[in-house]
Amino acid sequence: MVSLLGIPPQVLFGQLLLGLINGSFYALLSLGLAVIFGMLNVINFAHGALYMVGAFVAWLLLTYAGIGYWGALVVAPVVVGLLGIALEKTMLSRLYKLDHLYGLLLTFGLALILEGAFRHQYGVSGQPYPIPAALQGGQNLGFMFLPNYRGWVVVASLVICFGTWFAIERTKLGAYLRAATENPTLVQAFGINVPVMVSLTYGFGVALAGLAGVLAAPIYQVSPLMGTNLIIIVFAVVVIGGMGSILGAIVTGLGLGLLEGLTKVFYPEASNIVVFVVMAIVLLIKPAGLFGRER
Amino acid sequence: MTVASNSTRVAVRGPAIGTMLIAAVLLLLALAAPFVLYPVFLMKVLCFALFACAFNLLIGFAGLLSFGHAAFFGGAAYVAAHVVKEWGWAPEAGLLAATVVAGLMGLVFGLIAIRRQGIYFAMITLALSQMVFFLALQLPFTHGEDGIQGVPRGLLFGLFDLSQPLTMYYAVLAIFVAGFALIWRTVHSPFGQVLKAIRENEPRAVSLGYRTDRYKLVAFVLSASLAGLAGGTKALVFQLASLTDVTWQMSGEVVLMTLLGGMGTLFGPVVGAGLVVTLESYLASTSLPVPVVIGCIFVVCVLLFRRGIVGELMARLPKRGH
Repeated sequence: MVSLLGIPPQVLFGQLLLGLINGSFYALLSLGLAVIFGMLNVINFAHGALYMVGAFVAWLLLTYAGIGYWGALVVAPVVVGLLGIALEKTMLSRLYKLDHLYGLLLTFGLALILEGAFRHQYGVSGQPYPIPAALQGGQNLGFMFLPNYRGWVVVASLVICFGTWFAIERTKLGAYLRAATENPTLVQAFGINVPVMVSLTYGFGVALAGLAGVLAAPIYQVSPLMGTNLIIIVFAVVVIGGMGSILGAIVTGLGLGLLEGLTKVFYPEASNIVVFVVMAIVLLIKPAGLFGRER
Repeated sequence: MTVASNSTRVAVRGPAIGTMLIAAVLLLLALAAPFVLYPVFLMKVLCFALFACAFNLLIGFAGLLSFGHAAFFGGAAYVAAHVVKEWGWAPEAGLLAATVVAGLMGLVFGLIAIRRQGIYFAMITLALSQMVFFLALQLPFTHGEDGIQGVPRGLLFGLFDLSQPLTMYYAVLAIFVAGFALIWRTVHSPFGQVLKAIRENEPRAVSLGYRTDRYKLVAFVLSASLAGLAGGTKALVFQLASLTDVTWQMSGEVVLMTLLGGMGTLFGPVVGAGLVVTLESYLASTSLPVPVVIGCIFVVCVLLFRRGIVGELMARLPKRGH
């Protein structure tokens, strides 16, 4: 048997795949956070809760409406996005003139409410969500076995990440967005409705979280707690990548997922904290994060 | 130099007498309270009140929102529980160890986080405290999900038997009063004035020649130590150190206590802690989900009552000098 550094290749690649999948979720979630932070200057503490809501909407659609995975993939992000727009319109928009910390505190409260409500209703035990028929089974790649659904998750999130990056960095709409981030008053003076743009940005950012929730539903159990612990890692990813940096969010998310996978192979005890260790090191060397700008 | 400090003292004297009176009345009430209310409940309130006051020293007087204070609170609880139970140290030595370890953790956190401000600072402290959470989950001495149970309360200074509820209560009250007095002294010292200057306008404080990073770091270490003292005390009171106290939800809870009572007021965190603990113990006997109610209070506070209860009251009171 061939082995790399004393580790059987199946184990190594298996963990790397797991890392890549986790990394995809980190990237999707931190991408949404970065978009929201860039435009609203709000750290969206409710992001993990909305990711959980996305997964639950998929599960509810299947259980009560008979709408399957592909339908949920469209409906759940829209539902979460609309919920986000409603929250932004009624609550967040009142806080923009204040210290940005209030946005963080408000969304923290919202996260408590959402998670508490779902936990009250559905308990802490997870609900299973089946893998869609078209993506069952897997491929034998010779050196490892790749379940189709996991491959799909990686590809789908890469496409979404790249698409978002492209839309923001390379299109006219994205140019408006970036301009409004720099100087909202001026952009408004050019006749662009900045408040609507802000609402839509928040809606889009949390819709990404909802989408990640649907993608996650068949892999992890649909549970009220699924967002709670993930979100802190995602915060760390955002800090390492540089807050508000789209590219930083994507690259760091995937990279840290892989690093976590590798740590699981070589030193499993540290796999939970490796992300935070990296964060501490990066901050000591480069306080603005890897892709962030000093301000 | 003397003139300057004299004149500030005169300026401070007016409101200080009123505050002293309030403090004296509160202290009398606290001394009598265990004869009316359940001592364990009161001790819980006092532990959280000290924790919230320590947290408020940062957010209220230095403008630093730490979202990782549970790491000091819960981490110190583990330290106190371990040295008292496994090493057989006296309770006062356990509390001292808890305070020192929390202070050292605060130094490490501070050194990493202090260079960033506002949201960045909050995020970094949050992530660092999550690291402490995972350590608490995995290190052998914390016993994972079980926590350290059955911590003996022991004899304080070899004299006072803390297993008596009333003795324990007065010990906790003394610890709280000492911590509160230290915070009071800090806030009203020249050091506290510099912190306020940093909170109001950091670039100006820098241009006046203050090395603001050092001031903030000292404040952070002090706050972390006091949070640790609170956590260690809680471990002795409940004879238990568990994961609950290290979770990020606990960091959020102390933010809520401070916000609800009034950030930047001396008594606000005490009031906030009392209300939240009362509310939680009340809700526990109802069918209402606690986090939802707490979350709603949070949202309402942020949207409508940003000054908190004590802050609102003080703003409504006429004729305040500053």
